[in-house]
Amino acid sequence: MTGASSIRRAVFLFLAPALLPILVFFFLPAVAAFAISFTDFDIYSLGDFRNARFVGFKNYIQLFDDTLFWKAMKNTLYYVLVGGPLSVAVSLAAALLVNARLARFRGFFRTVYFAPVVTTLVAVAIVWRYMYHPRFGILNYALNFFGIDPVDWLGDPLWAMPAIILLSVWKGFGYNMIIFVAGLQSIPGELYEAARIDGAGWWQQFKRITLPMLAPTSVFIGIVTMINNFQLFAEPYVMTQGGPVHSTLSIVLLMYEQGFRWWNMGYSAAIAFVLFGIILVVSLAQSKLQKQSAL
Amino acid sequence: MKKSLILGVMVMAAVLTLAPGIWMVSASLMPAGQASSLPPKLFPSQITFEHFVDLFTRLELARYLVNSLVLSISITAISLFLNSMAGYAFAKHRFAGRDRLFRLLVAEMIIPAQVTTLPLFLMLNKVGLINTYAGVLVASMATIYGIFLMRQFSLSIPDSLIEAARMDGASEFKIYWSVILPLSKPILVTLAIFTFMGAWNDFFWPLIVLTDDSMYTLPVALAILSGEHVQDTELMMAGSVLTVLPVLIIFIAMQKAYIEGIMIGSVKG
Repeated sequence: MTGASSIRRAVFLFLAPALLPILVFFFLPAVAAFAISFTDFDIYSLGDFRNARFVGFKNYIQLFDDTLFWKAMKNTLYYVLVGGPLSVAVSLAAALLVNARLARFRGFFRTVYFAPVVTTLVAVAIVWRYMYHPRFGILNYALNFFGIDPVDWLGDPLWAMPAIILLSVWKGFGYNMIIFVAGLQSIPGELYEAARIDGAGWWQQFKRITLPMLAPTSVFIGIVTMINNFQLFAEPYVMTQGGPVHSTLSIVLLMYEQGFRWWNMGYSAAIAFVLFGIILVVSLAQSKLQKQSAL
Repeated sequence: MKKSLILGVMVMAAVLTLAPGIWMVSASLMPAGQASSLPPKLFPSQITFEHFVDLFTRLELARYLVNSLVLSISITAISLFLNSMAGYAFAKHRFAGRDRLFRLLVAEMIIPAQVTTLPLFLMLNKVGLINTYAGVLVASMATIYGIFLMRQFSLSIPDSLIEAARMDGASEFKIYWSVILPLSKPILVTLAIFTFMGAWNDFFWPLIVLTDDSMYTLPVALAILSGEHVQDTELMMAGSVLTVLPVLIIFIAMQKAYIEGIMIGSVKG
């Protein structure tokens, strides 16, 4: 007979193989990282963990005085606050296009706009690095047709971050476009019909119907994009190594360099937890906003 | 009139979107040095495949290709199996604390993976898993997101099917294997595409855990090589084509399942 106890055993056998690795290789390391952030864990502790000593909030205090950390924070915020909204705006524009009543070959265009999303970030970052070349790059070549002087995209501290933002908008807008299309399709068509009967133009309809109806979708997309953008790493790693003069150094890149290049693991863990704290706050703001927009 | 305006804008946007890819392919086929000439060339004066040959002879990229394939396929197979079992149990079995455990699991999704890398590296270093396939694998052999998706799907499977199988004397594993899995095929396909692409494109963790260059995956190898071969534009473009091509082909072949997966994931994040 298959009794209750055999079912209980089955449940355990179904859950344990998945939950155990998550516990051991994800949850426990996260807890350990928190502990390490209060120690002076470094290359000497690597061989023998007992060499690490508890130092209280020293790492966090040191972070506060570290100009490089603030630089990384500023750069990351720049990327999040400029790159994020730009990316969401392009996604919305693309969604409106492929969803337009008069649009043709929608499936084809949707596929084209989405294609960059699935590509390997490292590979396309290398491609863009060559496209940004001040002399031989096709971007400056194209801009030249419009009479724009060559820009040293990745060599100029002023332009390096905008160059990375441009790449990431190109790489990512297709993803949010798909979610926006779903949002657009859930807006009842009668709303637009009624508006047209009232003589509302395209802009009026967009402002009074589309945007308000898309509010929940936009909040979701905005927050998820923001959280992802806080984790900027591969683009500067491949394209600029954080330069020139640290203008593209991101929080995760700084964390990586402190931890895996200089083996200042205690310090690196503290950086990781500042990142976690920021993401936590943003996520809490999301759940609050989502409850509001659901009312 | 309005129709052709919209089409015009869409075509222009499509050209801009495709331009980097077209240039990548085009430059990978140029004779050495041509991608760095003035004025910049958009298309090769004559097509050559020498850089693709170079990738496999001089750079020994086959090794990295194999690493990437082995890792992506095994991560996909293992995580699909583990996630689907757990998702099914969460959806269809009653046990004390089930909902609380599930909520706790979902709440953990908020932890960014980067936070876990330092201790995970130290842990794997202690047990000698640095620079091994297993070292890469452990970080993604089961995922909360995968369990979440599988649970949502399993909820839609009628209890009566499971009860009937139980009446027939089928074991719990047999029910999972021959009732639940076949019914879950659509979500399994979606999750498989997501997982494979994610593993193939992954960079941060393989970069950390694979320290010996014979173990590199394609993205890691490409990132390192691109630092050493800055001048070899055409060669690097060939490497990029090789890295991007597999995921692009999978996407084009399976895009319906892929795009549906995004919708499921975005309904309740």
